[in-house]
Amino acid sequence: MQLTGAQALIKSLEMQGVEVMFGLPGGAILPVYDPIIDSSIRHILVRHEQGAGHMAEGYAMVTGRPGVAMVTSGPGATNIVTPLSNAYMDSTPLVVVSGQVATQSIGTDAFQECDITGVTNGITKHNWLIKDVDEIPRVVAAAFHVATTGRPGPVLIDMPKDISNATMEWYWPTSVEDLDLPGYHPVTFGDPERVRAAAELVLAADRPVIYAGGGILKARAAGPLRELAERTGIPVVTTLMARGAFPDSNELCLGMPGMHGNYTAVTALQRADLLIALGSRFDDRVTGKIDAFAPEAKVIHVDIDPAELGKVRRPDVGIAGDCRLVIEELLAALEALGLPSAGSAPAAGSRAARRPDLAPWWNRIHEWQERFPLHYRQSEGGAIKPEMVVETLRDASPVDTVVVAGVGQHQMWASQYWRFDYPYTWVNSGGAGTMGFAVPAAVGAKVGRPDRTVWAIDGDGCFQMTAQELVTATAEQIPVKVAILNNAYLGMVRQWQEMFYEERYSEVYLSPDLPDYVKWAEAMGCVGIRAESPEEVSPAIEKANGIDDRPVVIDFRTDAFEKVFPMVPAGASNDSIVVHPDQEGRPR
Amino acid sequence: MSVTDLSGRTGGGAPRHHILSVLVENKAGVLSRVAGLFSRRGFNIYSLAVAPTDEDERFSRITIVVDVESAPLEQVVQQLDKLINVVSISQLAPSEAIERELLLATVAVGPTERSQVIQLVGVFGGEVVNVGGDQLTVMLAGRPEKIDDFEGLLENYEVLELQRTGRVALPKLERQPARPRPVAGTAG
Repeated sequence: MQLTGAQALIKSLEMQGVEVMFGLPGGAILPVYDPIIDSSIRHILVRHEQGAGHMAEGYAMVTGRPGVAMVTSGPGATNIVTPLSNAYMDSTPLVVVSGQVATQSIGTDAFQECDITGVTNGITKHNWLIKDVDEIPRVVAAAFHVATTGRPGPVLIDMPKDISNATMEWYWPTSVEDLDLPGYHPVTFGDPERVRAAAELVLAADRPVIYAGGGILKARAAGPLRELAERTGIPVVTTLMARGAFPDSNELCLGMPGMHGNYTAVTALQRADLLIALGSRFDDRVTGKIDAFAPEAKVIHVDIDPAELGKVRRPDVGIAGDCRLVIEELLAALEALGLPSAGSAPAAGSRAARRPDLAPWWNRIHEWQERFPLHYRQSEGGAIKPEMVVETLRDASPVDTVVVAGVGQHQMWASQYWRFDYPYTWVNSGGAGTMGFAVPAAVGAKVGRPDRTVWAIDGDGCFQMTAQELVTATAEQIPVKVAILNNAYLGMVRQWQEMFYEERYSEVYLSPDLPDYVKWAEAMGCVGIRAESPEEVSPAIEKANGIDDRPVVIDFRTDAFEKVFPMVPAGASNDSIVVHPDQEGRPR
Repeated sequence: MSVTDLSGRTGGGAPRHHILSVLVENKAGVLSRVAGLFSRRGFNIYSLAVAPTDEDERFSRITIVVDVESAPLEQVVQQLDKLINVVSISQLAPSEAIERELLLATVAVGPTERSQVIQLVGVFGGEVVNVGGDQLTVMLAGRPEKIDDFEGLLENYEVLELQRTGRVALPKLERQPARPRPVAGTAG
């Protein structure tokens, strides 16, 4: 069967099981857009290529399947650089196809030419510039293989226009050996000896903490993690990228650690004698000053990326492997040492029977929880507290609602005050901290999980960066909901200027009503609602939750002076955690 | 990339450089991927040499001398191994390696310096490879330390141009396993 390069590309995407892609056409990618008309793949036309990338990310994060986006050359390609960088930092599988000028024009500064493989070398797991039409099926299959295996990540395929127009004899690679990836061998199982050493450490610890990261979700290891925690009785902290990987309602869950983590999660890590790091990477926003992080703790570090082991903190036992498989291996090793099922006693004389009692450790943890719960104060008749909006939204929405956040104060409040009881219900930009992520990511999430309620909790600064994708949502009938916590400021920057720059507010004021968010929402075909006082919060949310035929935007006019607490100042030790002013002076 | 101070030692302590012999796919852009990785991760390269391999035309070999004070060697190796086009990496400690490098220099010489420079080249076992009216181009291949010494002595003269290739290396044969120690990758 003879196909054009363009037809071969679309057919290859179909062979990979792609159901939906996000994109925007242009000159160099024009030939590839023609066969889309006849394809089974749903194409969602975005209003800006950045939107296509973040939608693909949102889709990937809730479904576990790779997100696919297509853009043209030059500015089309550079507009998707931010999502690629974001996906690289958060290990999200993404396949981006970019158009390129014809091969004979490459290097001549042709119209809309950009060396996008050069630009994205450092922010993709790999990229390919196709130089021969016969490569297309093999490269597409390799791209999906690389994006989804090992540590997942974004890849880019650059497709010159003449290659799209050339013809080839169709084939489809049938095995990994056909993909021409001689240097790619992702690890899977952990080394049994190290797993055994890890099990010994687990059973010897007085003050262990499981430090669960986003890798748990990538490995689809929420089930094994829960079994590990429940059978060992060890507390679990879930990082920003791991919210939902372990249920917040489980009594073993301490919640989020880090710069804006809760006091108990932060302090439990600091006082631990063993950290069991599972798919987490000792990010600076978690560790604070690295030399002062968990000073008494031994470290078991499990990660599918061998380069993470020892990158920041040298582990006592480092295990390269898939989190799901390694946790299962670890459970087997613990069983071999006498660990019983949850609630029953270990075999007499076994290693597990001589395990230290964790009760004193739990007593300390419970004291911290009682003394320093998350805290804010909503006064009657005062301005709406953003935390109250998140709590009200949480209580009024289905338990499996997908929550999507941008970056800043609203993101921290969403992570702190939502109750995440299911994996893949939290979508946010962690490593890259990309403002404007929420609206397009929410659209992508809703496309991936149309059965779920999808709430974007956004800031007013973030919303203004990518709001135009609500036009896409209306046009494509993707009924997402957006709660803007509108404090009229670039709030997190304002908070830092208040606390660390002597209240010298430099370029952070935005205005509560410029733009008019309700009118803007309506202009984009959404329902626009405004809530200006605490008593208007619940009715606004109820109204929004009752609408399912179009997107909804609520403009919550929130207290501009509310700050995110607790907070560990940048570069400081986690021991210098700043608590809410109401909690200052309590014994630590 | 710096070619100064190739002594490989700090005050007689542990070696501050290590040699990585990296087998890569012979594809466009691979060198830029390797060089880009070093710059964005803040790893320092002393020298880098690339050549196709005899064994298989699909692959090239990059010999990289890494400053292990800028980052732990293990981290450099693990990050390199994540590059899809990197097939395998072998690590050579300076004490386990035969290292060689080549220097070319053009020196301005008057009537008195001419014989001095020729003599110096002779002492080091180098070669005069080009002779002009008042210039000489000389060549020396050898151990990097020897090249350092030679370069230092050349500085007594007016050196017009000087180039070094960066070192290439193979494992020592005696008292050593015959092959470099693979530290990452399974092929190659």
